[in-house]
Amino acid sequence: MGPEVLSQILGELPKKIDKNLLVGTENSDDAAVYRLSPDLAIIVTVDFFTPVVDDPYLFGQIAAANALSDVYAMGGRPLIALNVACFPNCLSVEVISEILRGGAEKVLEAGALTGGGHTVQDDEPKYGLAVVGLVHPDDILTNAAAKPGDILVLTKPLGTGIINTAFKGGLAGEMAYQAAVEQMATLNRDAAGCVKEVEVKACTDITGFGFLGHAAEMAKASKVSLLIDSQAVPLLPEVLDFASMGLIPAGAYDNRRFLNDQVVFREDVGQEIRDVLYDPQTSGGLLIAVDQTKVEEILKKMHQNDVRETAVVGKVIPSEKYLIKVL
Amino acid sequence: LDKTVDARGLLCPEPVLLTKKAIEKQLSGTVNVLVDNNAAKENVTRLANNMGWNVNVTSQENDYLLILSK
Repeated sequence: MGPEVLSQILGELPKKIDKNLLVGTENSDDAAVYRLSPDLAIIVTVDFFTPVVDDPYLFGQIAAANALSDVYAMGGRPLIALNVACFPNCLSVEVISEILRGGAEKVLEAGALTGGGHTVQDDEPKYGLAVVGLVHPDDILTNAAAKPGDILVLTKPLGTGIINTAFKGGLAGEMAYQAAVEQMATLNRDAAGCVKEVEVKACTDITGFGFLGHAAEMAKASKVSLLIDSQAVPLLPEVLDFASMGLIPAGAYDNRRFLNDQVVFREDVGQEIRDVLYDPQTSGGLLIAVDQTKVEEILKKMHQNDVRETAVVGKVIPSEKYLIKVL
Repeated sequence: LDKTVDARGLLCPEPVLLTKKAIEKQLSGTVNVLVDNNAAKENVTRLANNMGWNVNVTSQENDYLLILSK
């Protein structure tokens, strides 16, 4: 569902007020966080979707990495996961077990347990996880903590939606496809580990609303504006070529419409990179706002921990008429 | 007679693939493309521009007619 419709529906739902609900729906954060005691909070999140790749094992891995990412984006560690699945009757036992094996291996890699799950019969397969994680209340990362002067760092390249569209159309080569698959299946665990060591507070993960959608949520929640350097944003191979051929998922246009005049572009920013910045991402990277004195340190740690494509993509400025300006 | 691609009812990337096939066969002239959603309209426009065709868009109730010319 597009961000426009979703935020309208959520705004109308009845709510219970509880001071221990540290993170709810108000700032469009990645997961709910509830304080159980002064030094312990639980993170609760769920995410599942239709296959983004043909290989069932890889699909399982990607769906699980994507669901676990919300826990990392909130600063926590995954504790226990439940499988959420919809399978058609015609799907073979082998395919189903490969999807679940891919998911189970990712959960294991994240150091978490699988505690069962729920399956529904449906015409189109869907898979993902509900995840519970733990975090100390002082260590929660949020959309709302970016401050003017902070530097914006992104930990994975953009373009998974566009490459998937190109691949569906038979136009993406093996190299671009493999690069997209590999990064979608990569946990945000190591990136989140570096974030913790450097004492960053503002973090979100880049998923369905695209880079600009999630960056705008951070700007709005933090009451700041962001400057983005379009030349510095890391990209998957061939993404700009595919964008220029019109191989752009419909979700990118929904994201653009929702942000409308909240994002402004300098005139010379090309159409292709604009489209990529709106491209919905599957299991995307973390977007972090880090104090400028700690940028060198965090980049060094990211590279030491093999989060290789991490790049500085912009900076935080005091609130302007726009949420984001792309240069 | 102008060539027409009817891509109504199709989701991306199908309208782009059909248009690509049609304009690759033709070095110049006019190709009409019918689509029924915004993403297809935008994507076919990007493809055509990228391949050196001009695009003229008109709305017809719920559909878009894209006239590609070169």
